[in-house]
Order: sequence, then structure tokens, then C-alpha cells
Amino acid sequence: MNSIRKVFGTAVGKKCGMALTGVFLFLFVVGHMVGNLQVFLGQYAINHYAQLLQSNTGVLWSLRICLAAVALTHIYFAITLTLENRAKREVGYEVKELVGASLASRTMFISGSVIFGFIVYHLLHFTTGTTNPEFMTFKDERGWHDVYRMVQTGFSNGWVVAAYVVGVGALGLHLSNGLRAFCQSLGWRFETYASRIDRAAVIVAVVLFVGFAIVPLALFLGGAK
Amino acid sequence: MKVTVRVWRQKNAKTPGRFVEYEVADASPDMSFFEMLDVLNERITKQGEEPIAFDSDCREGICGACSCVINGEAHGPEKKVTTCQTYMRSFQDGQVIIVEPFRAKAFPLIKDLVVDRSAFDRIIQAGGFISVNTGSAPEANTVPLPKYHSDLAMDAASCIGCGACVAACKNTSASLFVAAKVSHLNLLPQGKPEKDPRVLGMVQAMDEAGFGSCTVTGSCEAVCPKGIPISFISRMNYDFIAAALKLRVHGRRV
Ligand code: HEM
Ligand code: FES
Repeated sequence: MNSIRKVFGTAVGKKCGMALTGVFLFLFVVGHMVGNLQVFLGQYAINHYAQLLQSNTGVLWSLRICLAAVALTHIYFAITLTLENRAKREVGYEVKELVGASLASRTMFISGSVIFGFIVYHLLHFTTGTTNPEFMTFKDERGWHDVYRMVQTGFSNGWVVAAYVVGVGALGLHLSNGLRAFCQSLGWRFETYASRIDRAAVIVAVVLFVGFAIVPLALFLGGAK
Repeated sequence: MKVTVRVWRQKNAKTPGRFVEYEVADASPDMSFFEMLDVLNERITKQGEEPIAFDSDCREGICGACSCVINGEAHGPEKKVTTCQTYMRSFQDGQVIIVEPFRAKAFPLIKDLVVDRSAFDRIIQAGGFISVNTGSAPEANTVPLPKYHSDLAMDAASCIGCGACVAACKNTSASLFVAAKVSHLNLLPQGKPEKDPRVLGMVQAMDEAGFGSCTVTGSCEAVCPKGIPISFISRMNYDFIAAALKLRVHGRRV
């Protein structure tokens, strides 16, 4: 091994790449969830928050570019590792008992792909308004983009709500294994903390799922004022 | 008891293999799984057929020679035992028992249930040496060692290198084996001087030998006959990152 590039080229190094990019995305997702929950504080709060983000063009675009770069790196490592791993058992088993492996750990690539599909849809839906161009024209009495009305209208459709719940469900599943894997890959899942880390990962994943899913569900069922 | 053994037969790496079913009518619940195969092989041989080739040596669960995936589980249905320590009482009368070799690209098949696990030897070689004086035992307590570390090192050292972790992993990752071997020396004062080159070399050798990477599924620890936990993989990753971040090991660039 004669360069840092070679270090990141090993399986363990690639997993560090996966873990570092994954946890960056995780931190973004936590922030995003907290932002979303402002919908329950009413129209002013959420529109003000959106206005704050959108008026800071520099910050917004720096964050967007960072996020895109990190997400693409995560996906790049995910695809290369998954393809490499799949090629390493040429003859499969006649019967395979999946002892010890949770559903989440076996389906990281599938849940990741569902998340990716969901992100694309979500951007076309609420960020660019490609699926519903009228969303971008909603304005409140201050002349700000009326995000409140946009999400309320968006989530009045049961199919849209279902898509969001599936998308954030995949995120919860991905992170229930991803967060423990992140600790494991960076070498922090020592025997003393191992079972606690595993449990915490599931709890955080469930909290994220509920925190995200509650917005479309509450708006659909008319729970938000 | 009577069982049907559906076993993978393959003459050599070049000839395609297939499953062949054999009836074993005279098995006893007290027989080990291999004793049952021995009885079967005797009959097959008398009929002028090639006996089923399988690896075994100590037959007491300590050498790591035996392998086999039985009904989809590496080393069979019982937890924390090797195939040689699996007894017929773990199966039901009349059961169909499916016996397959360990499947991994890094473990090429030699014959029937026998696979070539020399990839593990290459990883061990990449780990290098440790500096100890041999001959006489050192004075007790001259090398201070926390009990916790000696216990952990013992747990890691209990790895018999059978390869069940690779066989059970969906990625054919050898991480648990390599982690056990790295940790058992890295945790001890005797292994400290060569700690960094050891972990870097073994991780690289693991890739070169054609094993996959770890997705933290935990299948390996579930089938490990010695019950070695995957937290050792985290230890290996920690040592690897620490060594790689130094960029220079023994004055040489990593
Ligand atoms: C917001 C989105 C996402 C977050 C928060 C996230 C987070 C994580 C985390 C924390 C890990 C654990 C890293 C480790 O193993 O050490 C991980 C692993 C993984 N992620 Fe993601 N991820 C996201 C999106 C995606 C996407 C879009 C894909 C791919 C299509 C993906 C595929 C994977 C795969 C395959 C693994 C397992 C790596 C392996 O098996 O070696 N993820 N993710
Ligand atoms: S034959 Fe030695 S461990 Fe099974």
C-alpha cells in the first residue's frame, strides 16, 4: 500500500467512504425532518423558514452542491461495492438459511435505490414543481412562496401520501442497519457498546420515519391547522 | 433412523456438478454427521462408486478442517459447533439433508464437498511475524497486560480458520476471520510492534484473495463455531484506519 488512494481502494477503505458520506446524508436528513415539522407550527412558521432558506442563495446552493456531491459519492461506492460483492459467489446455494442477517442488512441496496427514486420524485414534486407547476405560483399575503398551501395541496392526494410514506419507510429501513454499519465501519462499534449501538440505530431510524411520515399523513387526514 | 442425503457431487473443478440423493437407512442418532457419511461412503465404495469427498481431521471441533453447508447453514443446524461436532440427533427421522460445499469464488471447489481454502493462508502470510523470544517462558508478570485485553485476545484466537464466515456471508466476506487474526495479535504486547503493517497487509491480502466486503449483516457471527462476534471487525477497521492515517509505517509510506 503506497498511497492514500490505495487505502481508500480497499474494501475497508471503501466502507469508510460509505460511512462518512452516509452519516453526512443522515445529518442532513435530521435537519430536513426538523424543518418539515414546522408545518405543525402553522403557515407563517413554515413559509418563513422556506423564505429564509431561499433568500440565502449562496448558502442554499453551497449546501445543494455539497449534498449532491456527497450523495453521488455514496451511490458510487454503493454500486461498486454491491457489484463487486455479487460477483464473488459464482455458484449459489441450493438452500440458503439467512441466519443472523436482518431484513434491513440484506436489502441495503434495494432500500437505497427506493430512496434514490423517491428523492428524484420529491425534487420534481416540491423543489422544481415539474409534476405540479401550479405549486410554484402559490404566494401568501407577504408575497413569499406559500409552502404551507403547496404541501397541503400536494398531500391531499392519497397516492402522493403513499409514495412519501414508502420513500421515508425505505429511509428508516436503510438507516436501521446503516447507522450501526456506520459505527462498525469507522471502528467504533466495540464489544462494550455493540448491542447498545444496534438498539440506538433502530430507535433513531423509527424516530426519523415517524417524524417524516407524520407530515403527509397528518395533512392528508386533516390534522394540521 | 432413516435419512435421505442430497449431496453435491462434482468430480473436479472442470466437470459440472449435480446433486445426488442417497438413502441412509441405518443411521443412529448418536452418530456424528461424518460417521453417517462414513457409513454411506463405505456402502458407495462397495458398490464400486467413488466415495463422497469431504474434509475432516480432528473431528472434535478444534482444527477447522471440516466445512459443508447443511440445509442452508454453514456447519449445520446447531449453533457454535462445527460440522464434525454435529450429531444425527439434530435431524429428524425421514428428513432430507441437503449437503453443499462452501460456496465462494475465493474458495475454488476441488471435489464434491472439498474446497480450496488456501486463500486464508495467504492472508495469514501477509500478516507477517511477531517478535518474541522462543525457548524459555518469560518470567510471569514481566509484561503487564490488562485482563480485559487478554480475554479479548483469547476470544479472537479461538478462530479455527474454517471459513464458515465466508460461506454464510452474502458477500463472501472474510472480514470476521481476518478481524479475529488481526485482533488476537494486535491486542497483545507481543503483537504491538508490527500492529500497523499487519492490519494494512492483511486487509489488502483479503481483497487480493477475492473476498467481498462487509455489509454488517451478522451472518458470520451467527454461524461461527467459536461464536466470535462481529465487534472484532470493528476493531480491525479501527486499527486499519489508525494505521492508514499515519501514512508512514516503520518509516515507509503506506
Ligand atoms: C438520504 C439518503 C441516504 C442516507 C442517509 C444513507 C445512509 C447510509 C449509511 C449511514 C450507511 C452505512 C455506511 C456503512 O456501511 O458504514 C449506508 C450504507 C449503504 N447505503 Fe446509504 N444512504 C442514503 C441513500 C442511499 C442511496 C440513494 C443508495 C443507493 C442506491 C444507498 C446505498 C447504500 C448501500 C448499498 C449501503 C451499504 C454499503 C455496503 O453494503 O457495503 N444509500 N447508507
Ligand atoms: S474436523 Fe477438525 S474442526 Fe471439524
